[in-house]
Amino acid sequence: MIVRGIGFLLIGALFGIVLIKSEAASWFRIIEMFEFKSFHMYGIIGSAVILGIIIIQGIQKFKIKSFYGAPITIEPKENGTVRYLMGGAFFGLGWALAGACPGPMFTLAGAGFYAILIVIASATFGTFLYGLIKEKLPH
Amino acid sequence: MDWIMEPWPWYISGPMIAFVMFLLLMMGRKLGMSSNLRTLCAICGAGKRATFFDYDWKAQKWNLIVVAGVVLGGFLAANFLMNEKKVDIHDDVVKDLNAYGFASADNAYLPKELYAAENLSDPKVLALLIIGGLFIGFGTRYAGGCTSGHAISGLSSLQWPSLVAVIGFFAGGLFMVHIIFPLIF
Repeated sequence: MIVRGIGFLLIGALFGIVLIKSEAASWFRIIEMFEFKSFHMYGIIGSAVILGIIIIQGIQKFKIKSFYGAPITIEPKENGTVRYLMGGAFFGLGWALAGACPGPMFTLAGAGFYAILIVIASATFGTFLYGLIKEKLPH
Repeated sequence: MDWIMEPWPWYISGPMIAFVMFLLLMMGRKLGMSSNLRTLCAICGAGKRATFFDYDWKAQKWNLIVVAGVVLGGFLAANFLMNEKKVDIHDDVVKDLNAYGFASADNAYLPKELYAAENLSDPKVLALLIIGGLFIGFGTRYAGGCTSGHAISGLSSLQWPSLVAVIGFFAGGLFMVHIIFPLIF
């Protein structure tokens, strides 16, 4: 249990380091991406996805088991269009304005940019708002 | 080992993110950062106000540990793995941002105009950060994921909903930068 916890902590730390060092956690890189002025962010996401596809295909083809011997299953996301387009667009507005998505938000807090705590707090509240009005929204 | 102190190129960073996703799959979990915001709501007792938060959040503790790691990683990178904290973006973007009043473009990691502690007393700055956060938190849960859950995990497992979500991300982001920015900056 403790070993497992340390495993999660180290994986998170690796992710946090990569987000800072790749500059994917920089507001400037996000704006540059949305202005289509550099390949950098597209290269990061694109190479992660291409390698990710190969990894997941490999896991499925060779029926690779987890470290704990369990089969690795990837449950399909719920069908729908409206929620993904509308929710995605809301998130995109916030991503561009704050220049951070949820991963970078946390890594920036660790990097000492304490103003990001305001974004984290209001993002948590935004999630709460969604939970309150979920039934009234088209999905 | 000098390269480690420099900004990492995309062809190092992207594969490392895929490696993080692989490690989480091998741990029997999957990469997704925004669901932690739901967990935070549940911990704060939001389950009393909405059934969406009325679930066994303790099953999500592993992801909170990942987040703690992400915070630690940010600390380590900023304090031990960096020489200078500035981001070398394209000159055209620097010019655009300078025109919007972002003098820190090209000489900071985050814009001082939005993220420097001394600017938080400016109601406009505070409002922009709060609004940005609200959109992020509301949108990610509505869409069921963020950049990590949809763009990385979802696209890697060839899921159609994730592609739709990523198209939504870009629609929102482009609208913000090209239509809203000229109005608010």
